[in-house]
Amino acid sequence: MTTPSAPLAPTPGQTVGPFFHYALPYPGDRDLVPQGSPGSVRLHGTVHDGAGAPVPDALVEIWQAGPDGRVVQEHGSLRRDGFTFTGFGRASTTRAGHYDFSTLLPGPTDPGAAPFFAVTVFARGLLHRLFTRAYLPADAPGASAEALAADRLLASVEESRRTTLVATTDAPTPASAASGVLGLRFDIHLQGGSETVFLAYPGH
Amino acid sequence: MPEPVLAPQADVDAEMAAITGAYEQAGVVETQPRRDYAPYRSSLLRHPTKSLHHADPETIELWAPCFGPTDVDPLEADLTVQHTGEPIGERMVVTGRVTDGEGRPVRHQLVEIWQANAGGRYVHKRDQHPAAVDPNFTGVGRCLTDGDGWYRFTTIKPGPYPWKNHRNAWRPAHIHFSMFGTEFTQRVVTQMYFPGDPLFALDPIFRSIVDPAARARLVASYDHDVTTHEWATGYRWDIVLTGSNRTLTETDTEDGDH
Repeated sequence: MTTPSAPLAPTPGQTVGPFFHYALPYPGDRDLVPQGSPGSVRLHGTVHDGAGAPVPDALVEIWQAGPDGRVVQEHGSLRRDGFTFTGFGRASTTRAGHYDFSTLLPGPTDPGAAPFFAVTVFARGLLHRLFTRAYLPADAPGASAEALAADRLLASVEESRRTTLVATTDAPTPASAASGVLGLRFDIHLQGGSETVFLAYPGH
Repeated sequence: MPEPVLAPQADVDAEMAAITGAYEQAGVVETQPRRDYAPYRSSLLRHPTKSLHHADPETIELWAPCFGPTDVDPLEADLTVQHTGEPIGERMVVTGRVTDGEGRPVRHQLVEIWQANAGGRYVHKRDQHPAAVDPNFTGVGRCLTDGDGWYRFTTIKPGPYPWKNHRNAWRPAHIHFSMFGTEFTQRVVTQMYFPGDPLFALDPIFRSIVDPAARARLVASYDHDVTTHEWATGYRWDIVLTGSNRTLTETDTEDGDH
């Protein structure tokens, strides 16, 4: 096989449209681990438009390392067996624009690295997917203020917008105290004053 | 609530023509849709206004989720056998190869599709188009690419359908495609169109890709070698996922048993 010298032009993206709900969501899509299982965390948030209104027809995907920081290459994201952690999850937003994942904390992929969830956002009205990162806050297990301060991407983002890339720890509630499940909140603003920092990777 | 007053097609055409004119003047080739494309009204409040921030992909972003036989039943690639009877419409096959920007196959990776039926109606409960729902057609399929990056679906040719972007707005017939590459950065959701659709020039979603050569990359080709005798028409559509820069390992480049 010959490899062409010039890179091939990409296939353009298009909006996910309004009618993906009977196709892309699947049972267990948002539960990378069963809800409430020991060591699990809840990663959740609201997707907002430029007027601050919730986006009820968005789809959020996460892709993450395991708690040991290793990249997982396991089958089974579409047919969860309840035991295999695959690192991939998908959640459509509710009528209130909210998404929810039950997952594990990602570990640092390299010594001293700040752990994060890689996040993709799709929505009706959004013509091409958006990428971002949801970093673990400094007070989350496995995270630290030092690692966040040393992170190359965060350091390259102007300070006023840096917080859009870092999840926050939920205040404890009776339910979270009973279950021991840590809540992490990561709101996504497609536009506006608190617009999330979205990412372009080389080759895009 | 009263129905909003919708702009006529001519207004939307004028907006799209102005954007096209400015693009041609600028002379910088674009390959992706503009997220900020006002003729598509739903995009107004849903596009970032700040530039995307350049990121060097780190470990997790250099890998993609891994799917396998556990995840997808081979029957999911045939959208015409999901019910007791034959769906109504033109039976067709769509097939093509998924590669990265260097032409390397995206092997054993998930491809998901969804679409309207032959009458332009989605099963989705929010679809209000008064065309018939076909009890023998759901319009959802999945498959894994083979060891050389090929996908193949058997389905029904979808119909065009009206929407409320502007007055008398119609979407060209399309199939939604969702692809994962060999890296997280290659994730793409898009729409595949059919050659010669008279609605192309009128559709602000299709024309949000302002470059005509880039738009053409979303249009399948009729392929008589894919068409099968007394059974189905055939279309060919290849997919290129870019955003790659990881040096592939042996596992990626060899057709391993996984």
